[in-house]
Amino acid sequence: MLIKRSPNGIELPFPSEITPRAVFENRRAFIRQMAVGSIAGGALLEMLSREAFAQGTGPKLPAQRNAAYSAQDKLTALHDATHYNNFYEFGTDKSDPAENAGTLRPRPWTVSIEGEVKKPMTLDLDALLKLAPLEERVYRLRCVEGWSMVIPWIGYSFAEIIKRVEPTGNAKYVEFISLADRKQMPGVNSRVLDWPYTEGLRLDEANHPLALLTLGMYGETLPNQNGAPVRMVLPWKYGFKSAKSIVKIRFVRDMPRTSWNRSAPSEYGFYSNVNPNVDHPRWSQASERRIGEDSFLSRKRKTLMFNGYDVGSLYAGMDLKKNF
Amino acid sequence: MTPKQVTAIKAAVFALALVPFVRLIYLTLTGALVEPLQFITRSTGDWTLYFLCITLAVTPLRRFLKWNWLLKLRRMVGLFAFFYALLHFTTFLWFDHFFDVADMLRDVAKRPFILVGFIAFVLLVPLAVTSTNAMVRRLGGKRWQWLHRLIYAIAPLGVLHFWWMKAAKHDLNQPMLFVGIVTVLLALRVWWAWQKQTPARAGVAQR
Repeated sequence: MLIKRSPNGIELPFPSEITPRAVFENRRAFIRQMAVGSIAGGALLEMLSREAFAQGTGPKLPAQRNAAYSAQDKLTALHDATHYNNFYEFGTDKSDPAENAGTLRPRPWTVSIEGEVKKPMTLDLDALLKLAPLEERVYRLRCVEGWSMVIPWIGYSFAEIIKRVEPTGNAKYVEFISLADRKQMPGVNSRVLDWPYTEGLRLDEANHPLALLTLGMYGETLPNQNGAPVRMVLPWKYGFKSAKSIVKIRFVRDMPRTSWNRSAPSEYGFYSNVNPNVDHPRWSQASERRIGEDSFLSRKRKTLMFNGYDVGSLYAGMDLKKNF
Repeated sequence: MTPKQVTAIKAAVFALALVPFVRLIYLTLTGALVEPLQFITRSTGDWTLYFLCITLAVTPLRRFLKWNWLLKLRRMVGLFAFFYALLHFTTFLWFDHFFDVADMLRDVAKRPFILVGFIAFVLLVPLAVTSTNAMVRRLGGKRWQWLHRLIYAIAPLGVLHFWWMKAAKHDLNQPMLFVGIVTVLLALRVWWAWQKQTPARAGVAQR
C-alpha cells in the first residue's frame, strides 16, 4: 500500500485502494522467497508502488456474485489481468494493449444488433447496463497460447439480448464485430488480421447461460485494454473467441468467417473449444500455465476439457477433432 | 590497434554482451514481468539470432573496414551466440517440459518449427566445444575451419525456426529482416569464394 500525502498531511485510502488480502499475502510470500538479494531490495519498492497503482481506477460497477457460475480458483491479480493481454487492435505484444489502449473512447458507445431478428435495435451503453441485472462471475480464461487466468467478470447472459431481439427462424449463428477505428486503435494499421475483428457462435452456443455479455471486471467497468466498454466472455472456448469492444452483433444464416479462422484456417477453427486432446499444430494444448501461480518451480497444470465447464451437450455427436 | 586496446575492447564487448542476460534476471526478480517465462524464452531466442548475425558479420566488416583486430572478437561473440542458444534451449526443457527429456523429444519430433531450432542448437554444440586454442591445434586449422563453416547452416536454420514461429500470425517483419541480413552475410561468402576461384577477375579480394 502506497501512503499518499496531500499538502495537509496523510490522506486515507479509499476502500477500493486497499490491497486485497490475497495480494498482500502473496507479496509476503514473495518477500520471503526473495531472501533479499541486493537487486531485490530496490526492486521491492518498485513492485510495491506498482501494485498499489494497479488497484484499479475505473468507475465502480456494482453487481451480485453469481455463485452458481463462479469458479473456486484463486483470482488472478488485477495488474496481471490488465497488463498481459492479446488485443491486436493495440499491438501484438502482450504489454501493448496496456500501453496503447488509452486512446480508446468507450463512451459514447452504441452496439447495433441486426440481421435475422424481429426487433433489431441499437443500444447505447446505459441501455446495455440496464438491460438485465448485472452479475459477477468468476471464470477461468484459457488462452489458445497455453496460459490461463481467473477473472471476476461483470455482465449478464447473452441470452438476455437474444430474448429481446427475437431471432427469426433463419438465424443460425451470431456474429460479433469489434470496433476498427484507426484513430483510436493504432494496431488496426497493421495487416496482422483482417479488420474489423470478427467472431461468431452458433445460436445455441450464444444462448448458453455461460455466454456472458460483459461490461466490467474486478468490480469496475472494463479497462480499455480488456475490451471496453462491452465484450463477450465464453469461458469454455479459447480466449480469442470472446470478441472485445463490440460495435455490431448480427444474427445470420451462415457460419461467419471469423478473423483468426480466415488468417490461419488450419490452426484456428470456428469452434475453438478448449480441448486438451486436440493439439494446436505448433504446440500441445494438454497443459497450461496459470499466470501468477505456475512459474519456475512448477510444472504446467493439466488443461480441462471445455476448460472445466459443463457444455458437452452442445457438441453431442460432433467429432471435435474435425470441428476444432 | 595495440594488444592493450584490443583487450580493453574485448572486455567492453564481453560486458555489453551480458547486458541482456543481466536485464532478464533483473526484470524477473523485480516482478516487472507478468509472465517472465515467456519473456525469457522470447528474449533468449532473439539474442541468439542477434549474436549469430554479429558473428557472421565479423569477417565482412574486417575486410571492408580493414579492421583485422575484429577477428580477435569473433570467438567471444560466437560463444555468446551459444550462451543465449543454451539458455533458450533450457527455457524449452525447463518451462515447457519441466526437465522431462522424453517428453521434450516427443515435442521436438512432432513440431517442425521446434525440430529446426533444435537441430540448429545441436549443431552449435561442437562449435562451442572446439572453440579453444588447444582444440584448434588438435583438429588442425583446415579441419577446424571446415567444421566451423557449420555456422552457414546454423544461422539460416535459426532464422527459419523464428520465421515459422511467427508465420501463422502474419507477423513477418522481423523474420524478414533476419532473412535479409543473413542472406547478405552469406552471399558475400559465396561471392568471395567465386572470386577466389576465378583469380583473373579478382580485384580486391585477397587473404
